[in-house]
Amino acid sequence: MKKHSSFILYHSPFILLVLVLAILALPMTALAQDANPDTPTDDDINAIASEMFCPVCENVPLDVCGTQACAQWRALIGEKLSQGWTENEIKQYFVDQYGDRVLAEPPRTGFNWLVYLVPPVAFIIGAYVLFRGIQSWRQIEPETAPLPAETAITDDYVARLEDELRGSDW
Amino acid sequence: MIANIGYSALVLTLLVSLYGIGAALLGLRKNRPALVDSARNAMLLTFPLLTLSALSIIYLLATNHFEVEYVASVTSRSMPMYLKVTALWGGQAGSLVFWSWLMSAFASAVTLRKWDRDREFLPWVIVVSLVTLAFFLALNIFVENPFTRLWALPSGQVIEKMLQPAGSSLYFPTDGRGLNPLLRHPGMIIHPPMLYLGFVSFVIPYAFAMAALITGRTDDRWIRLTRRWTLWAWMFLSLGLVLGGRWAYDVLGWGGYWGWDPVEIAAFMPWLTGTAFLHSVMIQEKRGMLKQWNMVLIILTYALVIFGTFLTRSGVLSSVHAFAQSAIGPLFFAFIGITFTASLSLLMQRWNVLKSKTQMTSMLSREALFLLNNLLFLGILVVCFWGVIFPLISELFTGQKVTVGPPFYERANGPLMAGLLLLMTIAPLSAWGRSTWQTLGRALWKPAVAALVVLVAVIVAGIHNIYALIGIFLASLVIAVTLYEYGRGIFARRKRHEGNLVIAFLNLTRRDPRRYGGYLVHISMAMLAIGIVGIEMFQTETQGTLSVGESLTLGRYDMVYEELAVFDAPDARNVARAVVSVYKDGEPVGELYPRRDFFYDSQQPMTIPGVRSTLADDFYVLLVDWEEISTNNATFKVYHNPLVKWMWLGSWVFVIGTLISAWPEKENSLVTKRSRQRVAAVVD
Repeated sequence: MKKHSSFILYHSPFILLVLVLAILALPMTALAQDANPDTPTDDDINAIASEMFCPVCENVPLDVCGTQACAQWRALIGEKLSQGWTENEIKQYFVDQYGDRVLAEPPRTGFNWLVYLVPPVAFIIGAYVLFRGIQSWRQIEPETAPLPAETAITDDYVARLEDELRGSDW
Repeated sequence: MIANIGYSALVLTLLVSLYGIGAALLGLRKNRPALVDSARNAMLLTFPLLTLSALSIIYLLATNHFEVEYVASVTSRSMPMYLKVTALWGGQAGSLVFWSWLMSAFASAVTLRKWDRDREFLPWVIVVSLVTLAFFLALNIFVENPFTRLWALPSGQVIEKMLQPAGSSLYFPTDGRGLNPLLRHPGMIIHPPMLYLGFVSFVIPYAFAMAALITGRTDDRWIRLTRRWTLWAWMFLSLGLVLGGRWAYDVLGWGGYWGWDPVEIAAFMPWLTGTAFLHSVMIQEKRGMLKQWNMVLIILTYALVIFGTFLTRSGVLSSVHAFAQSAIGPLFFAFIGITFTASLSLLMQRWNVLKSKTQMTSMLSREALFLLNNLLFLGILVVCFWGVIFPLISELFTGQKVTVGPPFYERANGPLMAGLLLLMTIAPLSAWGRSTWQTLGRALWKPAVAALVVLVAVIVAGIHNIYALIGIFLASLVIAVTLYEYGRGIFARRKRHEGNLVIAFLNLTRRDPRRYGGYLVHISMAMLAIGIVGIEMFQTETQGTLSVGESLTLGRYDMVYEELAVFDAPDARNVARAVVSVYKDGEPVGELYPRRDFFYDSQQPMTIPGVRSTLADDFYVLLVDWEEISTNNATFKVYHNPLVKWMWLGSWVFVIGTLISAWPEKENSLVTKRSRQRVAAVVD
């Protein structure tokens, strides 16, 4: 009996956790519904418009912009679609008329490559600097700064927790 | 008269601020405490003066003084009183005064507290705060004056001037142009103050950091003094961001909450460095490491706060020309440049003194994982900053304007955010100083099994998008790890001290509010992640024109168009309000009332969605268009947004978590703990 109750005590957080997460999983089933129902013409237009911006209404995607000008652009997209134009042809038409800014992101050509390259290059440089930093910190002689008392490694979680709670300043 | 009083108060505040800066510097240089005390009094005086100025604007706004240009530009007779009052931050000039007022309140509060204890730092804190305040006041007085009035010249021309031009008389427009309709929303009333509170309160830790550099006090005293300020700043900024998202969801009528707009990103950037800072300072406190890096982070945060304030209202980043023509743009950039350079120069002077001599023992130690967290936050910052300024750079070098829109940010930031979630699953289980795969694995396997249960459940439910599955698994693991940590702590305490679970939980949180409050914040972030995965990856939409009685289907939902009424509301707005019935799996679940408001004064429309919100999903209906007069036909756009409510619930959890983390502890108990720790260290 004692062994049984200590088993429950020991595993209680785990059991509790599984229960909570099982409850958590229930609403996620909502994700499972059909992703693509009937597609009326408005949806065809919006699918293209959602990847475009008009030059006047900055930062508002064309499919949701409420201005008259944007409604006319959407009508124009519908017209082109009915004439059998492809998505790319329609986008190119607007680029020719108004410039690259109508696209949701810069085309991958020439100077525009900078927008795509700078963040990963900066990240790699940052990661390298961090790696070198950690390497140099690892080479410091340990006796110059002993680990604080609360970081002593122990398999006894209870003792370590007590240590850490004692050590917490605020 | 009132405008003159308000303006004079502004000018006086600037003079008092300049005096305060001079007195503090001279007092420190000549070692004359009386002068430093006088600087402190100057700091304290700025608050009532700015209160007077802000109240003057509020009075003018509330009483329809349209001869004041700012009042005419942001209010109209038909606006309700609460909107007139909150129009204080509805335009650029007023919001700058509001910023200064908050800054003055915070800086005064700092100087009122524990002056004697922190006398070493506080004079420099006053200098830094007053320099910041003086800059904003100068902007208000010389560039964006909220008290400028309209004058009719004998020629009939109407001009804007503060002081009466010769031969002119005051011009009284019959009505104002009114507040932008998009700002007439409760979310917009609370959102800017929250954001500004966040911005302003980050100035305080920065001021202390500069004080520490100037005085050469390189220990972690400044961090300990400002820890709670930083947490409050972080909470306000986070709340500002969430409320902004909620406002966008409720008002902007595009079915989303975040559009990677430069203005949104402007507020997000200081949050990124601020969050990195919150984690990184713990390494300095626990291990005495990263003193230089923490300085860099707080300097960056301050620069981004100023940058964010500037971007939020000015819109000058829309083009190079807009920036060049704006009087306020170059001034802001000059101020950011000067303060950034000055702060970095100070840091360079102290660089060697701030070097750490502590050994990093393990790549899996909590400090190493926190450093990775910093790398990821800074990675997101680079993506955001570069995305915001690239259109300007492109226009400058190639003459070609480009748009850097949501696809760029989502693709670049998605993996970095997933990396942050992953760190949230490991870091809480790792120990300061040293951790091994073995100890981590022992702690991680149970939460991992629990998260796998969730993963299997959602796969069985039909979700097969790999990115969504990764996101859901990581978010579940964060929640599992955090709950497991709580559980382990509670059961360990109970085992040792007996008592019931609730008391053990309360004791645990009370003993280390920072840690356990922080864990709650982790849970909230996982909830946010669940909401983001739901809406970003599974949002579906459709649009259609319906006659009365016809229906539109989206997934398991059907929506029937019942009727539409068009009428004038008392506050000068024309309202078109539709009634639609919503069915889920054929069962009626209620009515929604999407509407379009048209504001006569500003001639602008506003689309208010009808939303049915549950934990599982939101059914979100917009009225796009309708047939005039007969109203027989109407066009609706309908969104199905799964799990989005988890975001709003998560934001409540993070407020609670932050409040627990920042909960003040009695000074004596703090001292006792620290003394005990020192004694323990000596004994060891």
